[in-house]
Amino acid sequence: MIVLSNLSKTYAQQTEDNAALKGVSFEVRPGEIFGLIGKSGAGKTTLLRILAQLETPTSGYVDVNGVRIAGVGKHGGDEVKRQLGIVFQNFDLLMQKTVEQNIAFPLQLRGIEKHERMRRVEELLKLVGLSDKAKAYPAMLSGGQKQRVAIARALASDPSSLLLDEPTSALDSVTTRSILSLLKEISEQRKVTIIIITHEIGVVKSICQRVAVLDEGNVVEIGSVSDVFTRPQSPMTRLLLGAKEVTDFGNPS
Amino acid sequence: MEILRDILLATGETLYMSLVSLVISYLIGLPLGILLILTQSDGLFPRKTVNTVLGWIVDMARSVPFIILMILIVPVTRWVMGTAIGTTAAIVPLTLCAIPFVARVSEQSLKEVDKGTIEAVLAMGAKPWQIILHVYLNEALPSLVRGIALTAINIIGYSAMAGALGGGGLGNYAITEGYYRYDTTLVIYTVLVIVVIVILLQTTFNFVAKKINHKK
Repeated sequence: MIVLSNLSKTYAQQTEDNAALKGVSFEVRPGEIFGLIGKSGAGKTTLLRILAQLETPTSGYVDVNGVRIAGVGKHGGDEVKRQLGIVFQNFDLLMQKTVEQNIAFPLQLRGIEKHERMRRVEELLKLVGLSDKAKAYPAMLSGGQKQRVAIARALASDPSSLLLDEPTSALDSVTTRSILSLLKEISEQRKVTIIIITHEIGVVKSICQRVAVLDEGNVVEIGSVSDVFTRPQSPMTRLLLGAKEVTDFGNPS
Repeated sequence: MEILRDILLATGETLYMSLVSLVISYLIGLPLGILLILTQSDGLFPRKTVNTVLGWIVDMARSVPFIILMILIVPVTRWVMGTAIGTTAAIVPLTLCAIPFVARVSEQSLKEVDKGTIEAVLAMGAKPWQIILHVYLNEALPSLVRGIALTAINIIGYSAMAGALGGGGLGNYAITEGYYRYDTTLVIYTVLVIVVIVILLQTTFNFVAKKINHKK
């Protein structure tokens, strides 16, 4: 369970009126696929950076499975970091390490011995369907394959939650569909909570169970995807729904 | 035949003082380069004062002409090596001159490492030393290797200059045996040897840097 309570973030050059986050509260239930949607500038990135402990909130807190992370800072909070596997927008793989070294990296950081590391890597490569790319370097992979490596790497420490930042924005629609079905498979097989931060309503529609709509640093709407998208209450949700042709990625199975 | 032996001997001296200077200057200069990266405003440990002061020292040291530096630090050289003349003595000014150069060249290489990658690794719970080792040094390795070649070639060039002040090696040989005795052929031979060393060095390091670069 991830609980965000009254989370605010005002950057140095901001006033309280245009703060990045203005008291955001919501919770993500264990095992669900949760969507966080909003336009650029809505506060999505700030929220991600707080969850990743790259940024400290001005006020409020975040609890991950009962452990408070706010204020831990970027050099601390190892246990919570292990609990949260993060897939960043640009994949952020280590270019000088092979696919298997990349996936093993979080385990290597924790001093897990090599034999155990390799066993985990083999299993994860199979899960993401890249067993034949173990010795390849990231530069040799396609965007979709890099995303799969990033997902495998985020799962390496056996986290309880997986957090993905715009996981599909760099991918074409066919690749997007295959990544979404992989996420669904991970959610079903491993009971991992998945949080997807996105601006694409199609992504939320196709795999999320619940969604929060973020606008100018506030959660303006939250609920089940069917409720929020069939009876949108806030202008922002309506805008997101109607702004442009919604790409339907289908229901991956 | 005697010339060949002398040139070989001088080449050996040049390689000896350059290599020792290169190794020592990296032992000190690389950590300084890392310190510059860590303390910059968006680094792992932002420390504006440390970064600025260190940057000044490095730049000031770099702006002193080698010949002047060599003369200025004669007392230091004598204190460290027991003498200020000869091949081994030349190691002191060569190293001192190379340290700030290494610091800046390494800093530039490390700066190329993607900031997003560092943040991603931080979010995994990496310790600072793990980030330095696995991310900064490992990701920047091809660029760092090219920096080593650049430094080595610079040191060889300066070592020839040190030769003018009794430093030994090819530079000393070219001046004392060639230039002072109006033996231009000998000067040309010596220069050719230096050119060959530099070309060999650059080619080898370029090859290695390319071989270990997996970014493309």
